[in-house]
Amino acid sequence: MTEASSTRVGFFTDTSICIGCKACEVACKEWNGVPSALQADGGFEFLGQSYDNTGELGADSWRHVAFIEQKGPAERADGDGGFRWLMSSDVCKHCTSAACLDVCPTGSLVRTEFGTVVVQEDICNGCGYCIPACPFGVIDQRRGDGRAWKCTMCYDRLRGGLEPACATACPTKSIQFGPLDELRTRAASRVDTLRAAGVVDARLYGADPDDGVDGMSAFFLLLDDPEVYGLPPDPVVTTRDLPSMWRSAAAAAGALAVGVAAAFVGRGRR
Amino acid sequence: MTSPPPGPGPGPVRTYYGRPVLKRPVWKWYIPAYFFTGGIAAGSALLAAGGRVTGDDRLARRCLVASSAAVATSGVLLVADLGRPERFLNMLRVAKVTSPMSVGTWLLSAFGTATAAATVSELTGRGRRTGRVAEAVAALLAPAMATYTAVLVADTAVPAWHDARHELPFVFAGGAAASAGALAVLMVPESAAARRLAVGGAAVELAAAEVLERRLGEVGEAYHRGRAGTLKRLATAAGGTGGTLLAVAGRRRRAPQVAGALLVLVGAAAERFAVFEAGVESAIDPAFTVGPQSHRLAAESLAR
Repeated sequence: MTEASSTRVGFFTDTSICIGCKACEVACKEWNGVPSALQADGGFEFLGQSYDNTGELGADSWRHVAFIEQKGPAERADGDGGFRWLMSSDVCKHCTSAACLDVCPTGSLVRTEFGTVVVQEDICNGCGYCIPACPFGVIDQRRGDGRAWKCTMCYDRLRGGLEPACATACPTKSIQFGPLDELRTRAASRVDTLRAAGVVDARLYGADPDDGVDGMSAFFLLLDDPEVYGLPPDPVVTTRDLPSMWRSAAAAAGALAVGVAAAFVGRGRR
Repeated sequence: MTSPPPGPGPGPVRTYYGRPVLKRPVWKWYIPAYFFTGGIAAGSALLAAGGRVTGDDRLARRCLVASSAAVATSGVLLVADLGRPERFLNMLRVAKVTSPMSVGTWLLSAFGTATAAATVSELTGRGRRTGRVAEAVAALLAPAMATYTAVLVADTAVPAWHDARHELPFVFAGGAAASAGALAVLMVPESAAARRLAVGGAAVELAAAEVLERRLGEVGEAYHRGRAGTLKRLATAAGGTGGTLLAVAGRRRRAPQVAGALLVLVGAAAERFAVFEAGVESAIDPAFTVGPQSHRLAAESLAR
């Protein structure tokens, strides 16, 4: 990275102080004009999954608050009779090595001057390649629109010197916005504080620049395994393996050429 | 959320209400259908070149026409699958080596142009030399045409595709040879080369698919479940029976030849749809994402 690294910004989502108010979801929808995530029949759906009726990130949900009700062993109890409630606001990770951006065939997905990953909707032709490429299941095709949509980290607000809508709306500072380096330092000391206070399961997710996506611009402090929150435990950017994939394809292509040639050898037999 | 944490081996995984981690691929049936027609286009261009070189102009001519028809169908399928079909030309505004779809777009454009030019020249008798050059260009690009689609699906986070990245190109190359060979058997019954290509291609396709499933371990399960499993069994039965029929029918017995060729075509098509459905299956079941990843992490922490 060159100059951009000095201005790379991100989100540190500290789930230990999330109260599940969903102000982030609402602020995001309001600011970005994100439509309702309607079902195929045009109605809403109650998921019956605690307080979560958003379900997951998608074309029409750029922030998603997860609610996890846990009845664990007594030593897990935070003084609540063996019950605890995990809440976490998920968002696009804006990966350092972003598979969606790598595979986009139109150049619609780009890296911005803030180190974020954004879809240019005037260019996207809805090929759908970014959707299975994302190891987090973040980006999706909008029903009735055909194009791929996801969090822009409020690119327009950043350009105007403002913080993203979700971070601005968050009443507990569970969602913190700022220069990525600063956030990583702050997050590391927050984990230390929590662990010293006896929250032994506190861990950072996505803060390591040496992980499978070379670090995420949006990273998290979690209180349980990532998969409990619907996050992949060890995401890897698929394009890391691209050279070996092309080598295998070249070998198969060579075999095909040889095979066809061989089929013509010894004409006249049989 | 009280299920036990994953052990070092296969076992129950923890998830968020059992919801998928990955998004379901939005590609419709057009895409696996394109894998099939693209394979036929590529294999037919190679057969045409082989026919030309060995003096079998009838084989060359018919395979060229087949290749053109298949590549035209491919283009229609690909544009139809777009969320914004009217923007298909946006594919040509950049060339990106990190995107197999971008590479494939340029490849398909060049291959399609060459095949079409060669076919027009062949059918009209005009521009013979240009036509021959175009034919050669098409044949040179054909092996890449037949295999890049395997890289396209493998270059995703979908476990049943990504983990199969080293076998899928051979499955697709075998399928291209099998289907183009089988089609040529129907068009030019006396061609021994077409028959051999169909038989050999089907054998390679089925063998590569077998290796793929064995090597994939827990993720290989996606190839046995639901629609993927049904299509897989159809592919194996049709490809195996068709290939055997073609192998024993020889050049004279027409009925088993035709039956064998049709079965090989069905098998090659079913194989592509099976691969596609297995990917979808592995994307929508979080166990395929969470299981292998947490086992990998557990193994790494043991190694430290």
